[in-house]
Amino acid sequence: MHIVVCIKQVPDSAQIRVHPVTNTIMRQGVPTIINPYDLFAVEEALRLRDQHGGAVTILTMGPPMAEESLRKAMTFGADRAVLLTDRFFAGSDTLATSYALASAIAKIGETFEPVDIVFTGKQTIDGDTAQVGPGIAKRLGLAQLTYVSRVAALDLAGGTIEVDRRAEGGVQALRTKLPCLITMLEGTNDIRRGSLPDALRAARAEIVVWSAEDAGIPDVAKCGLRGSPTVVKRVFAPSARAEKAAMVEPDGAATADALIDAMFTQRPRLEADLATLVRGF
Amino acid sequence: MTEKFDAIVVGAGMAGNAAALTMAKRGLKVLQLERGEYPGSKNVQGAILYANAVEKLIPEFREDAPLERHLVEQRFWMMDDASHTGLHYRSEDFNEERPNRYTIIRSQFDRWFSRHVQEAGALVLCETTVLELLKDTKGRVIGVRTDRRDGDVFADVVVLAEGVNGLLGTRAGLRERPARENVALAVKEMHFLPRETIEARFNLKGDEGAVIEAAGTISRGMAGMGFIYTNRESISIGIGCIVSDLAKTGHAPYELLEAFKRHPSVAPLIEGSEVKEYAAHLIPEGGYKAIPQLFGDGWLVAGDAAQLNNAIHREGSNLALASGQMAGEAVAELKGRGLEPTAKNLEIYKTRLVDSYVMQDLKKYKDMPALLHASSQNFFLTYPQLVSKAMQNFLRVDGTPKVEKEKRTLRSVFAARSITGLLGDAVRMARAWR
Repeated sequence: MHIVVCIKQVPDSAQIRVHPVTNTIMRQGVPTIINPYDLFAVEEALRLRDQHGGAVTILTMGPPMAEESLRKAMTFGADRAVLLTDRFFAGSDTLATSYALASAIAKIGETFEPVDIVFTGKQTIDGDTAQVGPGIAKRLGLAQLTYVSRVAALDLAGGTIEVDRRAEGGVQALRTKLPCLITMLEGTNDIRRGSLPDALRAARAEIVVWSAEDAGIPDVAKCGLRGSPTVVKRVFAPSARAEKAAMVEPDGAATADALIDAMFTQRPRLEADLATLVRGF
Repeated sequence: MTEKFDAIVVGAGMAGNAAALTMAKRGLKVLQLERGEYPGSKNVQGAILYANAVEKLIPEFREDAPLERHLVEQRFWMMDDASHTGLHYRSEDFNEERPNRYTIIRSQFDRWFSRHVQEAGALVLCETTVLELLKDTKGRVIGVRTDRRDGDVFADVVVLAEGVNGLLGTRAGLRERPARENVALAVKEMHFLPRETIEARFNLKGDEGAVIEAAGTISRGMAGMGFIYTNRESISIGIGCIVSDLAKTGHAPYELLEAFKRHPSVAPLIEGSEVKEYAAHLIPEGGYKAIPQLFGDGWLVAGDAAQLNNAIHREGSNLALASGQMAGEAVAELKGRGLEPTAKNLEIYKTRLVDSYVMQDLKKYKDMPALLHASSQNFFLTYPQLVSKAMQNFLRVDGTPKVEKEKRTLRSVFAARSITGLLGDAVRMARAWR
């Protein structure tokens, strides 16, 4: 069995600073981490490999420094890592990213061994779109299992997989055919601590570095800024708001009356709006 | 796991990186273990970098190392509660092509340093804590046990660059734990300000930097110092006191720092800033007499772990770099000559230290730490107050004849300290300085 896990190196959003003067995001000196949601995907892939045998390949697209994240993923015990890096990829949105990654996954399947499952995290903490996983599935024609909380059964011989998936108001139990793409929900497992031999192997590992050409990407115009219809118009920090607040001493029903009075006084239209709303029912 | 290295370095601070780099450059098979998430993530310093010690390891470091400001001005302040009496030195000579001292931010600098270590061929593992040293039946150190699964790893020699606490060395019975009298607990904050504001407040231009080292009533009679260092867009401000004094008096370090920040000489410098980071760390202050055993069968110790810090000149990172380099050279030399790293053969490490400024400087000031500690009430409380009084008396114009003013100053001095006490302190200080 061959599993590919897509990860992304992201700025640690807990440590991003907003410049106190210019109010812009200060990227310099902000540590990078593996997108936390991706760690659940990595762990789930490693568990499946430990149970069923095979190999786990970690894939990322990013600048050369993204190698750090791949190496870190390897300390958990992954078998190989592929870095997709090329100036053509700079400025990719989710459409362009899923195009490049899907091409690379196809190439990974040809180069190493056919891919049975692709894992991604639920979403990234820097983009928060949750679009890249589904984008890859669509492009590669894979069964798409998003927000998966548990892999219930895997039948390699029969080529099927059963998962639990979080849905609105409940859990869906799904069975589908392999190959498939799974986006893993957070909190579903705990990333393991790699052994010392794993850590040593990771530190020495030759990371496979592919350019757009190496990855067999047919059309670089679909990559990077050129292939990205999304435009970021402005990045800004919300300014602090100072709302006037009043301290109220609690005094039973009188307090409630006073609060309701205050609401209707400050929002004269409230009464009329409420009446309209009630009539609507 | 039977893999064996020529050397294992414990820690990726200044000393550990210097040792690992030196050995890897000489072709040794080196494994460096760091408990932090990345090299520098756990490392705390003021921080001032002395170019001389770095140049010996990476001559062209200025090209790409993350440096903040080069220092052109040093201010020494003797403080009482409302004033400071300063000695400032500023020179255009410090605006040189290869500046002598820089402020740095350790989390950035150490990462850069580690890249050089890795490029030289050393294997660096982070998030890996060494729990204990492994010894053979004869007591010779043969490797380390880490906190990872299957975590034993072996080497001919282990370089302990584990930092001031020296936990591994102590646990292995190679040394005593640092005494509370011999370590200071320092706390610091990073205050962010626009660079133009910093440059205006400290009279700087471009990448020039200034340093303030302050002593006096801010340490409440304990042996201690405050510091203010300018970075590019932040100011490091901190204070440290001897741990046994803090324990005895019950003063909390953060209260001392708050008071230091509120001092009328300090408050305007950091006004309007935003605190983004704070940190605390121990500093070895015992000097020459607190240096533990530096080597043994299969092991060496360098940097803060060896208590190599010059408390008088506030030099520590350079001693860590130099001792780490010398430890690396000693190991590489033995390897090159086909000799075992026994205690007897590793004596060459100590010889190198003794022949250099590292041990010579510490030896010169060997009596200073004890003197300052024993007479801390006088040096950090009484004398600064007297100096302030004398300065005020000298400067305030109020119609009093100058002869009378001088008499008043002298009276206040003798009221605070007897003439034998004064002479005694002067003689002891002169002796300790010699």
